Parts: sequence; structure tokens; C-alpha cells
Amino acid sequence: MKPAPFEYHAPNTVEEACALLASLEDAKILAGGQSLIPLLNFRLARPAHLVDINRVEGLDRIYQRDNGVAVQALARQSAVEDSDVAMRVCPLLVDAVRLVAHRVIRNRGTVCGSLAHADPASELPAVLLALGGHVVARSARGERTIAAGALFSGVMETSLSPDEVLVEAWFPASPAPSAIVEESRRHGDFAIAGVVRAGDRIALFGVAPTPVLADPKDPTKGLRPSGDLEATPEFRLHLIQVLTERAFAA
Amino acid sequence: MKVNGVSHPPSVDARRLLSDHLRHDLGLTGTHVGCEHGVCGCCTVLLDGAPVRSCLMLAVQAEGHDVTTIEGLAQDGGPLHPVQQAFHECHGLQCGFCTPGFVMSVVGLLQQHPDPTSEQVDEGIAGNLCRCTGYASIRRSVHRAAALSKK
Repeated sequence: MKPAPFEYHAPNTVEEACALLASLEDAKILAGGQSLIPLLNFRLARPAHLVDINRVEGLDRIYQRDNGVAVQALARQSAVEDSDVAMRVCPLLVDAVRLVAHRVIRNRGTVCGSLAHADPASELPAVLLALGGHVVARSARGERTIAAGALFSGVMETSLSPDEVLVEAWFPASPAPSAIVEESRRHGDFAIAGVVRAGDRIALFGVAPTPVLADPKDPTKGLRPSGDLEATPEFRLHLIQVLTERAFAA
Repeated sequence: MKVNGVSHPPSVDARRLLSDHLRHDLGLTGTHVGCEHGVCGCCTVLLDGAPVRSCLMLAVQAEGHDVTTIEGLAQDGGPLHPVQQAFHECHGLQCGFCTPGFVMSVVGLLQQHPDPTSEQVDEGIAGNLCRCTGYASIRRSVHRAAALSKK
């Protein structure tokens, strides 16, 4: 299988990456590639340029910041899974990462990549939303912070600009009790529906174009999930009820 | 990039997947290609010692890194790698198509959990598909591999 032709760029610094993104038309950032490369293989994505940030040094830290844990763009999901800091400060994040695909995929995939990819059925965007975290985006124009509530704008769409690099995600310390529960066909598959609980707040995933905050007492209020081969809309609503109960029973 | 300890010139085409580069450019056809979108696990290789999907990487991304394929686990004529030996002893394969991917994933699994529980074994091989559904023997092979690796 062959991706469509593209021009490949491998910057060594974030500044170089930003300069490339500022000057190139139709460029995509390649980090872990565990979502982007399948899209390229199927030619569902045909960017003219790939900016591979894997050669950027010092962009893979996981560290404590502002009573939360910061995860930089090249921190692999498996590194977060094994991180003592993440486990101590935000065990909810570690629990969620363990539900992302399989270890072999997590050895390559990144937390920030999952957020930027913004698949509505993926766990990490919902965790960021439930916790009220943010991401840091950098471009040649400067740096800005985007709150989780303002980041996810549609199915695989975010408010990041084409010239911005998501350099860091910040997850607040997870309150006790926290939980992530989901229903999927097999372990590691995308969730049919899922619930993230962070204290009194819940965020749902797999049931709307983006992860959504919901009222724990009436979690399906206003929800209009779509149906597909995996589940009907009614079944998804049923799952949200059951999973919310489980999240609060845990 | 180094593959099984041997340096090779870089891939000429940026869009060449690592899996295709190994098979078509380097002739290392032990790495199998199934779904080519990361689901089946057949193409799993070690990148700097950790298992990754070679169909979800560009060959050019492996420049400067060490890649180990199934051909690199044991020397020709030498003893099998403990994981290979275990799959051999426990008949952890039927048609064998998925086997290289399983073996490479299990090498990674045993690095992470040298003495895995049954749950850890199930989770560790969950990313690999066996269309013959020979999972019972594969599970046994993983436990045997853990025992052999400790010797």
C-alpha cells in the first residue's frame, strides 16, 4: 500500500516546524502517526506536505505543572502509561491511556496527537474536557493556550490553525473519585460509547461529533447520537445511562 | 537505518512504508503485511527494542534507529530465540501467517512484564489477529516463553 505522493520535511526544532507550517500550503504534522498513516494508506488524507516532528529534541517530557501534569507533543502514550508523575498526579489519564488501542500502538502514538486528531470516539479528548485541561499551541505568530472546551469543534476538527503545532497538553490533577468506563467490541477498539468521570463532572465520548460535558443526573439530555454498524442511537443512549451509573458506582 | 545490526542505505521514496521497505527493498519478507492500517499486527517489528507497527511508519522515519525483524531474533543455525522456541514447543501457530507479528509483540510484552499474568498475556496479544483463531496455543506459548526467558 502506498500513500499518495507528498513532500517530506523533518525539522529539528519547534521553531523550524512552525516556520515550515507558516510557509507551506496543505501541510500535516506527523507525530506518532498511528491515526494519520492509516489515513494516508487509504488515501483518505492526501496532504501535499508532511512535517515530521519526531526529530525535534526535548519535546517528549511528562512533568508536573500547576497542580496537573503536562504532556509534551512527542511523549508516547506508553511513556505516559508508565509515568510515575502521571500516575501520582492524574491517575485518570493513565487509566484512559490504557484503553487507547494496544501497547504496540501506544509505543508510537502520542497523547497530543490523539487530542489534535480529535476522533469523537477516542478517550483522551473526553478526559481533557472532563478535567478542564488545556493545550498549548505554538506558531510563528506566537504561543496561545486553548481550553479543552474551546478545542474540539467537530468530527476530527479542532480550533487549531493550520500553522500551529500542539506542543503540550495539560491535564489537571484528577479529583477522587475519578473513572473512565467505556463499551467497545474488543479491548483496544474505539468505544461505542464512553463516560469519563472527574469528581462531579462527566464528559461523554462516542455519542456526539465532539466529546461533550453532561449532567450526571440526566446524562443523555439533549443527546442525539448517530447510528452505525456497531450500535443504534437508542443503544448508545442506553449505554450512556448504564456507564454513568457504573462511573458513579466505582 | 540499521536492520538486524546491519546498516542499510535510506529509502529513496519518502512515502515508502517501513513494512514495504523491509520486504521489497531489503528482501526481509519475514515481516508480514496484513491489513496495512494497524489492526492485524502481522507487520510488528522492534524499533530501538520496542514493538511497533511497521505499516504505520514511513521508512524514512526509521533513519538513525535500530530495527529488528523476525529474521534478527536468532542467528542462522543457532538456537531459536526463547519466544520462537516457545511457539515451536507449544505449537503456537497454525497457518503461520500471523506468527512473526505475534512473536515480535510477545518479545515486547515480556520486556514489560517478564512474568505476565493471564490477563496481561491476553492484553499483550490483543493487538494481533490470528485468522486461524489459534489463540489457546498462543497463550500457552507466551507463558512458556516467559519461563524459557528466565533460564
